[in-house]
Amino acid sequence: MNRFILVGIVLLTLVFIQSCSPASSEGTPSVSPAAYIENKGSDTIVNLALAWAEKYQSEHPEVRMSVTGGGSGTGIASLINGTVDIANSSRKIKEEEIKEAKSKGIDPVEFVVARDAIAVIVNPENPVSQLTLKQISNIYSGKYSNWTEVGGEDRPIVRLSRETNSGTHVYFLETVLRLGSKEDKTLFSMDTLLLPSSEVIIAELRQNPNAMGYDGLGYVPKDLKVIAVAKEEGGPYVLPSIATVNDKSYPIARDLYMYTNGEPTGVVKEYLDWILSPEAQEIVAQLGFVPASPTPNPSP
Amino acid sequence: MEKSLSWREFAITRLIKASGYSAILFVVLIFFFLVREGFPTFGEVGASSLLSIRWYPIEDYFGILPLITGSLIVTIGAGLIAVPFGIGTAIYISEIAPRWMREILKPLVELLGGLPSVVLGFLGFLVLSPFLRAFLNLPTGLTALTGSLLLGGIAVPTVVSVAEDALDAVPRAYREGAWALGATRWQTIWRVTLPAARSGVLTAIMLGVGRAIGETMTVMMVTGNAPVLALKLGSLFSPVRTMTATIAAEMGEVASGSVHYHVLFFIGMLLFLISLGVNIAASSVVFRAKKRAERILS
Repeated sequence: MNRFILVGIVLLTLVFIQSCSPASSEGTPSVSPAAYIENKGSDTIVNLALAWAEKYQSEHPEVRMSVTGGGSGTGIASLINGTVDIANSSRKIKEEEIKEAKSKGIDPVEFVVARDAIAVIVNPENPVSQLTLKQISNIYSGKYSNWTEVGGEDRPIVRLSRETNSGTHVYFLETVLRLGSKEDKTLFSMDTLLLPSSEVIIAELRQNPNAMGYDGLGYVPKDLKVIAVAKEEGGPYVLPSIATVNDKSYPIARDLYMYTNGEPTGVVKEYLDWILSPEAQEIVAQLGFVPASPTPNPSP
Repeated sequence: MEKSLSWREFAITRLIKASGYSAILFVVLIFFFLVREGFPTFGEVGASSLLSIRWYPIEDYFGILPLITGSLIVTIGAGLIAVPFGIGTAIYISEIAPRWMREILKPLVELLGGLPSVVLGFLGFLVLSPFLRAFLNLPTGLTALTGSLLLGGIAVPTVVSVAEDALDAVPRAYREGAWALGATRWQTIWRVTLPAARSGVLTAIMLGVGRAIGETMTVMMVTGNAPVLALKLGSLFSPVRTMTATIAAEMGEVASGSVHYHVLFFIGMLLFLISLGVNIAASSVVFRAKKRAERILS
């Protein structure tokens, strides 16, 4: 028994050494392996960025990539400090961040690499199937606390949300609770449940007919009910999908960004060009995000 | 020969001494670190803000009262479950159960103590919380009570294990003496064995409560994490946010050196002080009891 394990370890080690040794003997001696892309930022994008990096590296073995999360703010801060080549962000870069970058000689250039719809979800037993943004805002801010107030059954509303460090949480606060107004200081109702992961939110929604939650469209399983949302009362109620995000009729959708220092050159440019290609955008749809609209990079 | 032995003796004693002192050193270092990172809070956040009832750090609301009450209500609930169950189990294992039963029970309880708390958290939010919601007809099953029940479960093995050792260490002569005086089995346990093992049993409770107040993953998954002030008994049936869950959930993304970062360390400092307080209170009780025992015996 022991001997088998030993043989196994030796074999594994051999395979490992084999795979580790650079492909100098065969492979591609012409390309220098020095091409290295450091990619960091938003946790929303990290899975997508990893999928892209994996695919790209399998096609371009000369390029090495490192992809890490940490949040949109972390990514942009790293770009400003000059430690990454590409920063991922699920929000637009802020004015102060641009100023800080300029003072350090960094010139952030923006790319819209994908889009993401945030779905408002409830338990399938809940008869409510459409809400306006205002109604959702009133529910989350605590003005409404019973489903009858929005045309549902006589049940208390249990509000579910991601933790405050999530970019999705901040986006939802700004776009839905405050209806996009900067002066509005509405906050989440204090008894909003702040749950640590999408899985816990989904599990609670699945078994609790009182609950209401929100999450990226890509994370919503088929057995939960997605609410159709209208911008204004009487307006068309729209379900989130790739089509409704692209024609801007679904109101809770955002762009996902990558930022580089100055117009990208060399490998970074090749990589970003590839990301906007149909091949890479197909991965976007597979992961439940919305591909960037056919005319990407709307430079202002 | 003689010399080398005494030299070895010297080295070993010093080594043991050093490892003993190292515990103190580590605690002091940790506390120093917490104070260094948490102390700026006083300058950056006013007392009125700290003592407000709104915790929403991304908009600079740093009211920590909901977090403190949240931790307390969950811990007290867990204590109320873990102490009677734990000591009851310890008494059964040590005093009542036949030998073979004891040999099965004790390892099983210790196995329960080895369960990772994440696993219990999963069970909690997939099984216990839906059950509680339906059974008690609550708006949601992610409540302080769910956290208390699970934390109680986590603390029970600690309490049982330590308390059972303490009961086991009570000399057999004590029990025999009680029986000889005509005491029933229950009277012997309640009036003789348990008081004799008091210091060990108190340590068991302390460790159990300490385990409960410091537990993070489980409470983060099942208590709902809503920072609501929990002062009434009814708060047990609504969501709460504990200090540990707050630190765990927010520390990962906070910018180092920011106000929020300092406040999180401040919360850590409070947690440290609370468990220090519990420790001091319990050991002073044990100490007083010992002194009295010495007086009586002398």
